[in-house]
Amino acid sequence: MSTISKVSDIASQTLNTSSTELEKNWQIVQRFQQRTSKKLWLLSIILLLVISSVLLDISIGPGNFSLTTVLQVLLDKAAHGIKLEVIIWDYRMPIAITAVIVGAMLGAAGALMQTLLNNPLAEPFTLGVSSAASFGAAVAIVTGAGLMPNVGSLLVTLNAFIFALATCGLLLILMQMKGMGTQSIILFGIAIFFAFNALLAMMEYGASETQLQRIVFWMLGSLGRASWLQIAWGAALLVVAIPFCMTRTWRLTALRLGEESAMSMGVDVKRLRIEILICISLLAATAVAFVGTIGFVGLVGPHIARLLVGEDQRYFIPLSALLGALMLSVTSIVSKTITPGIIYPIGIITALIGVPVFLAIIIRHSKERGL
Amino acid sequence: MSLKISNLSVSYAQHQVLNELSVEGLESGSFTGLLGPNAAGKSTLFKAVAGLIKSNAGELHLNGVNLAKLSRTARAGNVAYLSQQFHTNLALSVFESVLLALKQRSKWRVKQQDLFKVSEILSTLGIGDLADKDICELSGGQKQLVAMARILVVDPKVVLLDEPTSALDLHHQLAILDVVRKLTISKGLITIAALHDVNLAAKYCDRLILLNDGKIQVSGPASEVLAMPVLGESYKVLTSLEQTRQGQLYVDAQLLAKSA
Repeated sequence: MSTISKVSDIASQTLNTSSTELEKNWQIVQRFQQRTSKKLWLLSIILLLVISSVLLDISIGPGNFSLTTVLQVLLDKAAHGIKLEVIIWDYRMPIAITAVIVGAMLGAAGALMQTLLNNPLAEPFTLGVSSAASFGAAVAIVTGAGLMPNVGSLLVTLNAFIFALATCGLLLILMQMKGMGTQSIILFGIAIFFAFNALLAMMEYGASETQLQRIVFWMLGSLGRASWLQIAWGAALLVVAIPFCMTRTWRLTALRLGEESAMSMGVDVKRLRIEILICISLLAATAVAFVGTIGFVGLVGPHIARLLVGEDQRYFIPLSALLGALMLSVTSIVSKTITPGIIYPIGIITALIGVPVFLAIIIRHSKERGL
Repeated sequence: MSLKISNLSVSYAQHQVLNELSVEGLESGSFTGLLGPNAAGKSTLFKAVAGLIKSNAGELHLNGVNLAKLSRTARAGNVAYLSQQFHTNLALSVFESVLLALKQRSKWRVKQQDLFKVSEILSTLGIGDLADKDICELSGGQKQLVAMARILVVDPKVVLLDEPTSALDLHHQLAILDVVRKLTISKGLITIAALHDVNLAAKYCDRLILLNDGKIQVSGPASEVLAMPVLGESYKVLTSLEQTRQGQLYVDAQLLAKSA
C-alpha cells in the first residue's frame, strides 16, 4: 500500500487547508528552499575554484611566481618591473583566461545540446562540429584559401569558425524538416563527423610535411594561440549567450519531460529549438576555432553537473559552464607541470584526465543507483 | 463552464483522423470517458483540443470563448493535457517538476506563493512526502500522480487525460480514477479521459463517448453506451451486457469467431 491509497481520502476532503496541512505544506516549501540554497552554494564554490585555478595557472610556468606576486602584478602592472608585466599580462593571462572562456563555452554548448536533443552523448565533438572546424582549418593551412579574404593571421581561425557554424546551420535546417526526430539529428551529426574526417584525411594526404605538422598541431588543441582580441570576442559572446539561455531555462526544463509535455505547458518548442541551436552554434564554433578540437569537456562537464544539481536547467546550465571552465583551467595547469619547460597540447591532457574521471563517475553512479 | 467541440476535422498528410466531430454538454464537474479502439483518433482529439496540433476545420469554445483565439500560454492555462508519453527517467525532483509547469506562465523569478501552490497540490494528491525525491526513483503510480499534480497546479478548467491508467496495476488504476473523479467534482473541472477498460470507464465516468474512424459512434450515460451493439463492432469483439448482484452493469467481451 503506497501513498496512493491515501489519495482518495485526502482528495475527498475540502480544499480549505487546515492548520496541520498548512504546517506540512510549509515544511515542504522549506525543504525545497534548503535544497535550492545548497545548489547556489555549490555554484559559488565552483566559481571560487575557477578563480583560484586561473590564479594558479598564471603563477605556474618556467620561473614560478608566488600568488602574492601574481596578485600584485594583476592589480598594478608595473609592480614588479616590465619583465613580469610582459610575462603575466601578455603571455600567461591570455592563456589562463582563454582556457576558462573556452571551457565555459564547451560546457554550456554540451549541456544545451544534450537538453535539446535529449541525449547525454550529444556535444560539439560527437555531432561533427569539431571535425568540420578541423577540416576548415586544414583547408586554410594547405591551400591558403579562406572563406573570408584579407584576414591575415586569423585565416585559419576564421575558416574553422565558418565551417563549424555551417555544420550547426545544417543541423538547424535538419531540425526544421518535418518528422525529423532527435535520433535522426544525432545520426546525421555522426555522419558529418565521418564525412569531415574523410575529407580531412584527403587534405592531409596532399599536404606538405610542414603543413601536415601545422594541421596535426591545430587538431591537438592548444591554448598557445590565445590573444586579448579572442578573449574580448569570447567574453562578449558568453555575456550575451548565457543570460539569453538562462531566461529560457524553465522552458528547457519542460522540454526534458518530452516534447508533448512541454507543448502542453504552452512552450513553443519549435522556436525554442531554433533560438537555443543558434546559441549552441556560436558557442561551439567559437570555442573550436579558438583552441582546436577539444573533446570531452562538453560531455563530462554537463554529466558531472547533472549528477550534482539534477535536470533543473536554472542550475544545470551555469554549473556545466563553470565545470567546463574549471576542467580546462586545471588542464592548462597540468599541461605545464608534467614536464617542466614543455607545454603539452591541451586536447591530449583533457582526454587523459577526463577519461578516467568520467569512467570513475559512471561506475560510482551506476553502483549507487544499482544499475 | 462548458466545452463545445463543433465540426472538428484533423488530417495527417492524406489520412483523415477526425471527421467533422462535434460534442456538446461537456460541463463543469463532469467526468467523461472516451472509448475507442487503437487509432480511433482519441489522442488526436485531445491534442487538437489542447492546441498541440492544428485542425483543418471546426471550432472549440470554452464558455463561449474560441480557444483558437487564445495565446499559446493562455490556452495551456485553460486546457491541461496529460500526454501518454512523458520522460520519467529524470534527475528532476517532484517539487521542481511541478513548479516548472507553474513557471511557464509567470515571471522567471520564483515567488513564495508559487512554492505554496506547488506544496498545496502535492498535499492534495497525497504525494507531499515525495516532494524531494527525483522522478526517476518513483513507482509507476507515483509518477502518474506527479504528472497529475503538474497539470492541475495551473488551475485548468479542462483536463484531458490520455490513457492515465494504461501502465498501472488494478489498485493504482482504481486509485487514480477515484482521485480524478473527486477532484473533478471538488474543483469543478471538465475532465475527459481516454480509457481502454470499458468497465472501469463505466464505473467512474458520468458519460461515455465512443470514437471510431474519427467519428463519434455513440455518446451518453454508461448504461446506454454499453448496451449498444456498435460498442462491440468498434472493438471488433462480441459484447454482452451483464449485471452484478449489486446491480452494476458490465460488459463481457469475447473475440469474434475467425469466420466472422
